[in-house]
Amino acid sequence: MAPLNTEVAQLSVVIEIGDMPVRVNTTDVAFLEILEKRYAGFVSNSQSAEIEFDVEVATPDVADRDADVQVRFHSGRWSLSRGDFRAEWEPAIRRGRIRQTANPYSIDACLRIVHTLVLARKGGFLLHSASAVRNGKAFLFAGVSEAGKTTISRLAPSDVTLLTDEISYVRKCDEGYVAFGTPFTGELAKLGENVSAPIAALYLLSKGRENRIEPVPAGEAARGLLANLLFFAQDEELVQATFHAAFEFVSRVPVSRLTFFPDARVWELIR
Amino acid sequence: MSSLYVARNPRVAARSLDGEMMIMSGRDSTLFTLNKTATILWQAADGATPLEQIVQQTICKEFEVEPGEALRDAETLARDLATHGILQISEEPIVRGDSK
Repeated sequence: MAPLNTEVAQLSVVIEIGDMPVRVNTTDVAFLEILEKRYAGFVSNSQSAEIEFDVEVATPDVADRDADVQVRFHSGRWSLSRGDFRAEWEPAIRRGRIRQTANPYSIDACLRIVHTLVLARKGGFLLHSASAVRNGKAFLFAGVSEAGKTTISRLAPSDVTLLTDEISYVRKCDEGYVAFGTPFTGELAKLGENVSAPIAALYLLSKGRENRIEPVPAGEAARGLLANLLFFAQDEELVQATFHAAFEFVSRVPVSRLTFFPDARVWELIR
Repeated sequence: MSSLYVARNPRVAARSLDGEMMIMSGRDSTLFTLNKTATILWQAADGATPLEQIVQQTICKEFEVEPGEALRDAETLARDLATHGILQISEEPIVRGDSK
């Protein structure tokens, strides 16, 4: 009698955001299709990956996406959890595993967290902001919900390449800072373009009756940036690293307040 | 003589920008912006200098305030900052062998 073959084919996809390829392995064909659709434009054919996750697709039970995120480092391993997923990641071996149901939201949250952790050690961060490229330069538009991130994205003229309407990806480089496109979307529900450009300015958004750009004092710039940073880890070392990264950013990138009336003329100020 | 000593908590991140001192708690990521008095206190809080001496040498000179009143206010402020984990306070000099 022939032995039963219990091996299950392993499928994988490499999702590359911010020049960081992350391989996701699964045995679930339907989940793989979800990922390929969700991250279209960010799927890479890179053979190497900086991090590799094995995803165990669980049957639906508890799936509270509104539960608090817990991110802790212990014994060389990050533990990430929310109501709808549990994950572990060991940076030293660049591997981790995720347990979640077959949905795109849980892994999306997981990837955002992992990217913030990686960026924090490199002087970069994820920022609640829209971002776009014009004339080879990237512009960031930061603000809380309703500040106008989606509005200004929607108003962008045709020569503007949208990187994201919700979460900007900022990496530090020798010459300054670079913004990358992300698949992390807001109300616009449109993936950013997978391109990058050096950051020319950060604008703190507010809506008003006219369009104007005003410089902000350094302290206000730092507070404005810190208020919009995405950071999840309950980890003193990384909190301090991210804090100092924000100050380094505002010392090198012009930060202004952009008050705008919601029509396309605002883009006349941004070049 | 007040025997209170104050030291900067090494577990917070701090930056001064254009005269504004900003501090972030490593514990819960809360951001604090210190006023002028708190900034002076923070900068002088070396764990070795008694609070009374700090008040006499810095706060009284800066604000022309009566020493007794200034010390009472400084103690209140120091205890408040300690509550937020920004300063450490002790009735003995604070010797830090390990800053982490």
